[in-house]
Amino acid sequence: MLESDSNFALQAHNLNIFYGDFRAVKDVNLSIERKKVTAIIGPSGCGKSTVLRSFNRMNELVPTARSEGQVLFMGQDIYDRQVDPVEVRRRIGMVFQKPNPFTKSIYENVAWGAKLNGFKAGIGKPNMDEWVEYCLRKAALWDEVKDKLKQSGLSLSGGQQQRLCIARTLAVSPEVILMDEPASALDPIATLKIEELMRELAEEYTIIVVTHNMQQAARVSDFTAFFSMNGDRAGFLVEYGNTNQIFTIPQNKMTEDYVTGRFG
Amino acid sequence: MTRERFDRQLQMLLDQVLVLGSMVEQSVLDSLGALKRRDLAAAHRIYEQDQKVNEKRYSIESGCVTLIATQQPMARDVRFLAAILEIITELERIGDYAKGISKINLLLSEETLDPFILIDLQQMAKLGLDMLRRSLDAFVAGDEKVAREIPDEDDAVDELYNQIYLKLVQQMIAEPETIDRANHMMWAAHNLERMADRVTNICERIVYVATGEMRELDTSEGYEAGLN
Repeated sequence: MLESDSNFALQAHNLNIFYGDFRAVKDVNLSIERKKVTAIIGPSGCGKSTVLRSFNRMNELVPTARSEGQVLFMGQDIYDRQVDPVEVRRRIGMVFQKPNPFTKSIYENVAWGAKLNGFKAGIGKPNMDEWVEYCLRKAALWDEVKDKLKQSGLSLSGGQQQRLCIARTLAVSPEVILMDEPASALDPIATLKIEELMRELAEEYTIIVVTHNMQQAARVSDFTAFFSMNGDRAGFLVEYGNTNQIFTIPQNKMTEDYVTGRFG
Repeated sequence: MTRERFDRQLQMLLDQVLVLGSMVEQSVLDSLGALKRRDLAAAHRIYEQDQKVNEKRYSIESGCVTLIATQQPMARDVRFLAAILEIITELERIGDYAKGISKINLLLSEETLDPFILIDLQQMAKLGLDMLRRSLDAFVAGDEKVAREIPDEDDAVDELYNQIYLKLVQQMIAEPETIDRANHMMWAAHNLERMADRVTNICERIVYVATGEMRELDTSEGYEAGLN
């Protein structure tokens, strides 16, 4: 896959996504800035998660799903025939709504994906222990688990499990991390930890987060994309801009109505 | 997902801003009436009225903070609440100008005042209060156009202020024993001149609520505009 100097990590061009005959998302044009947090907000059913999943070809796992248009990653269309979806998903990782650690030890949760992706220790490179520690530190979990790395990942609290999943995602050295409602199953304190972590991760990674929680989008993101839908129920991008602008001076009436809670 | 309760709370705050506006308007009128009549008891009462103005302002401020904390206002709602916080500060300051005029009244005690200066002061107050009333109407209506027009009327207030200033300076030169009194009258005029400036600030907030634009609406150019 090509490298690119573009300021954009991902760019959707005239993206349309269908489930069978139903067009779920229409004509999306959206450029995601590198090493920033971009939030995708909008009412239920507006295609937020569908768009997010299209950014690393996760939609392909749904049998009836297909897409038209382009999704460029570092300038290259990830739907191009030569492009390996496994490689796409390594470089564009994903964290889900419900923490889903493997039924393995904390250590193995992080090490496993790295091994599968051909992690090799070498001169001047970290060994696996160092790498696991690095990823757990990056995910702000190390101090809480360093004395129990052999315990099951499932023994952790919900918030810790979610940070473990983030560490697992980091272990394969992605460039982009997609997060689908990453804190909606967590309590407020665990939620704030995830939000803090997102800000820290944005120094190195591009983060795209789908959230129902507008305050979370306002707190955590640099840019916000607001999606909605009309009578045909196909989601579309209504407005994209600086998060400050979207939440204080939105340009579109639909955005205004949604962020002020006068929607529907 | 409509927000009827929140909308009602916003409307209640707006109503309270209008109450505060009419309270300070009354204070300004009373302070000038008392000055004209040399009514020292009335001047004292304006001090008491100012306490009520301050209390009202704090109560509105507290209401805004509560809504910000509990309702997570966004977009126009947050601009509206931010504007209220600014506008009530401007109104409270106008109330302070009325109190300042009452203080001058008390300091001047038994002295007789120049009736022509008093007429000019009343004219300044009339213009300024008219600007104030219409600015608050524009706030209620969200009328950005009117809010942009009102500050231009400040020129007429400045003009009156300049007239009073010249008259008083001439008076001081001709009759140096009137310097103390003239100086106090100058302060009364200055307070009324500042009142109109505060209205301009209110108008800026109305434009901000409507457009998100934060910009000065003051049209006068440079320091000499208010002084020549």
